[in-house]
Amino acid sequence: MTATRTRTALALLVAAAAALAGCSSAPGGTDAPPGAAEAGGDATAAPQLTGEVVVLAAASLSEVFTGLGERFEQENPGVTVTFGFGASSALAQQVRAGAPADLLATANTSTMEQVADLTGTPEVFATNTLQIAVPAGNPGGVTGVEDFADPDLTLALCAAEVPCGSAAAEMFAAAGVVPQPDTYEKDVSATLTKVVLGEVDAAVVYRTDVIAAGDAVEGVDVPEDVDVVNDYPVAVLADAPNPEAAAAFRDLVLSVVGAEALEAAGFVVS
Amino acid sequence: MRTRPRAPAGLLVPAALAVALLVLPFVALVVRAPWGRLTTTIASEPVVEALGLSLRCATAATAICLVLGVPLAWVLARSGGWAARVVRALVTVPLVLPPVVGGVALLMLLGRVGLLGGPLERWTGVTLPFTTPAVVIAETFVALPFLVIAVEGTLRGLDGRTEAAAATFGASPWYVLRRVTLPRALPGIVSGAVLAFARALGEFGATITFAGNFPGATRTMPLAIYLTMESDPEAAIALSLVLVAVSLVILLALRGRWLTGVRA
Repeated sequence: MTATRTRTALALLVAAAAALAGCSSAPGGTDAPPGAAEAGGDATAAPQLTGEVVVLAAASLSEVFTGLGERFEQENPGVTVTFGFGASSALAQQVRAGAPADLLATANTSTMEQVADLTGTPEVFATNTLQIAVPAGNPGGVTGVEDFADPDLTLALCAAEVPCGSAAAEMFAAAGVVPQPDTYEKDVSATLTKVVLGEVDAAVVYRTDVIAAGDAVEGVDVPEDVDVVNDYPVAVLADAPNPEAAAAFRDLVLSVVGAEALEAAGFVVS
Repeated sequence: MRTRPRAPAGLLVPAALAVALLVLPFVALVVRAPWGRLTTTIASEPVVEALGLSLRCATAATAICLVLGVPLAWVLARSGGWAARVVRALVTVPLVLPPVVGGVALLMLLGRVGLLGGPLERWTGVTLPFTTPAVVIAETFVALPFLVIAVEGTLRGLDGRTEAAAATFGASPWYVLRRVTLPRALPGIVSGAVLAFARALGEFGATITFAGNFPGATRTMPLAIYLTMESDPEAAIALSLVLVAVSLVILLALRGRWLTGVRA
């Protein structure tokens, strides 16, 4: 499995159409590991869950997961959901270092593969695409990917070491553009912040970040034939202190309810 | 040699724990270091570039700290009253502030749309963020309080009689400052400068927030270490060892002054 897959425009359209039609194919709790609670796909079952469940998730998931966490706590009054949001690569480091977590959700599959020996089978629950973010009013007049080759513009990219940076590099390679950035930011939130503050004319971030930033930021679409699709996998950790609750939360993410929350934030659920 | 009373045994346990807390992380760093690929990692071009940039920026920041900080320390040491107390409190704020907050504040002031940065860009076309001068400014911002506090403490420790005597013999205030005060405050100035240099060399939060991160222009060693940790923890350990070694060399080079402390 590669880190990211570039899909055709047609596949994207089909996926979007399928998502819009509500025929999400996200599986429910059918493949929960042996010994896990028989949590239903709609996460309304399993009232016997108790304790704390620690979810480590990519920074881009913070809004969706926080909302799902509140819903999960309402449906399972005995459970407290604790989130650790950060760069996927940093989260994988934490898992590798033995962080006492139950569930891991990353922004690409390669990061999940780095800790494959410490997790159950990962399942892709959403995809995210790249978008160019410009400050409100687009002061730099940025219209597309090729503007990133303009040395007169002030431009930010994520560092190649973090998933949004490697995805951007892949996109520029596909577009045949050699970007001239002024800074490689440490994660996608730092990159977006530079746009929100108006310190850069443009940056490459995820579509979901542009939506979350609201009015301070405008999005400029990337041509679909060069866009990079990041798969977001989720997996219960092998040493999870609370595997039943972790599996139930994973099932909520994979459910129709989870898909709707993800799509509202700009993710594509296929 | 005077014999001192022995420390109560009860103090030894927390003292030993304190030493362990400060030293054991470095032991772990050395133990986990990828010794086989250490030289190739350290000698690689990006690392040499980041280290060179770090040393140049920290040196420039220390020079600015000396030029601005010694006069400020002198003014603070020689003035009382509420104004001096307020200024002294303000000067120490960057010491207690998380550096990333300092970076945000610098961006608000000197960023492209900042309070001063906006007019600066409109009138001169100059923008500071994402440039090497921005790194120097961020490092100066966090390092200056260290120098001011060290130098002011030294100047306060000097008794004023020598200066008064020089003035009695007709020396001008400038002459007294250059030939009497500064030479006697030199140990404090040197240790303040070393502290400021060390702080500037390790600066991360304000730098990455205000100056960004670009190889050769703004990616200093701490930034390189942070980003390498994301993809190659072993290489990050090697880079960390380089920074530890540089810091140790600086401290050892000034060992005499450090072990004897600041003598007034």
